Amino acid sequence: MHDVIVIGGGPAGASAAIYLQRSKLDVLLIMKDHGTLEKTGHIDNYWGFEDTMDGKLLVEKGLKQAERLGVKIIEEEVIDIEKDLMETHQFNVKTDKNHYEAKTVLLATGQSKPNLRVKGFREYTGKGISFCAICDGFIYRNKSIGVVGNRKFMSEELETLSNFTDDIKVFTNGHELMVDVDKPVVEDKILEIKGDDVIKKVQTEHGEYDVDALFIAMGTPSANDFALRMGALTDKNNIVVDDKFMTNVPGLFAAGDCIGGLLQIAKAVSDGAHAALALNKYVRAL
Amino acid sequence: MKNNEEDLTMPVNVTTDTFKKEVLESDVPVIVDFWAQWCRPCLMVAPILEEIAEEYEGKVKVAKINVDQEGYLANQYKVSSIPTLYLFENGEVKNQVIGLMRKEDLIKKLGI
Repeated sequence: MHDVIVIGGGPAGASAAIYLQRSKLDVLLIMKDHGTLEKTGHIDNYWGFEDTMDGKLLVEKGLKQAERLGVKIIEEEVIDIEKDLMETHQFNVKTDKNHYEAKTVLLATGQSKPNLRVKGFREYTGKGISFCAICDGFIYRNKSIGVVGNRKFMSEELETLSNFTDDIKVFTNGHELMVDVDKPVVEDKILEIKGDDVIKKVQTEHGEYDVDALFIAMGTPSANDFALRMGALTDKNNIVVDDKFMTNVPGLFAAGDCIGGLLQIAKAVSDGAHAALALNKYVRAL
Repeated sequence: MKNNEEDLTMPVNVTTDTFKKEVLESDVPVIVDFWAQWCRPCLMVAPILEEIAEEYEGKVKVAKINVDQEGYLANQYKVSSIPTLYLFENGEVKNQVIGLMRKEDLIKKLGI
């Protein structure tokens, strides 16, 4: 079992991993891509670079630095994080390929993306639109359910929902389906969510589909998706942490853009360092 | 405390049979928490509600309805996502809050 699993390889995650490694903790960093900085061509406001710096290159340099110092880095997609309901100090991190165990987890996954941006989305959130199959699936036993997504995250939610009903449609919302599913698939874009006081229909470019519920599992899970499933507090789009960068779930920490505030590299690096120091204390006190 | 007296500093478990008496006919506003054992956000909202029950003793009551056991009530109040919290005043729903949030946000949104 690892002391800490860091999820995310950007400035917050990599900085934290470097500090944790140097504190001689067993740290594993799991990442899937270069995040927001991948598309940031010029960084001119971060300290120490005489010339302009490319975002993707900076992330790569940070990861190489972490690796040089002994951090184990794996490129996998985290699908779910579970914490034992008994008050044991153990997190199970499930990726698209493996399972990992750790005493603590640091979320450094960047800003949670806004969800489906279509008419009716806000109106029916909580009125049939749900973000968590394990939380709300049972309410729709034997009802007609839609699931929005195109990757492993969606197929995991689909599997959970299959325990409650057979009547499930998958909406990829214009994205290519990356996983095998045994349910009908609607591949065109969603235009509107319709209903009265609760959701009734999904309107796409080429059709209209009756649903009693719509579960959103687009792309890969964000920090907010993990938070929701574990019962961590969020405020708007951000994870709520205390002054030690810990959430209300003991042992679950968060740093960088996913906790909000200034969305800058300097702040993410600072968060990572602070979170690592707090994690070091926390793990050693277990 | 006598056995036949309720401890109003703690949330009360409400069923279809006791809903009318405990919620609709309550003298004070009632926060009704629709929850389930397997819903992690519900378990995290529970201690927040316990604190509210204690702090608002005599002014607000907290009632809990297990949606697994009380499907009828969950259906009747169109619970589609849990935790769902309703504030009942004089037998009517005054406010609704869906999902886990900080205590101060919860108090504000419920309007207690």
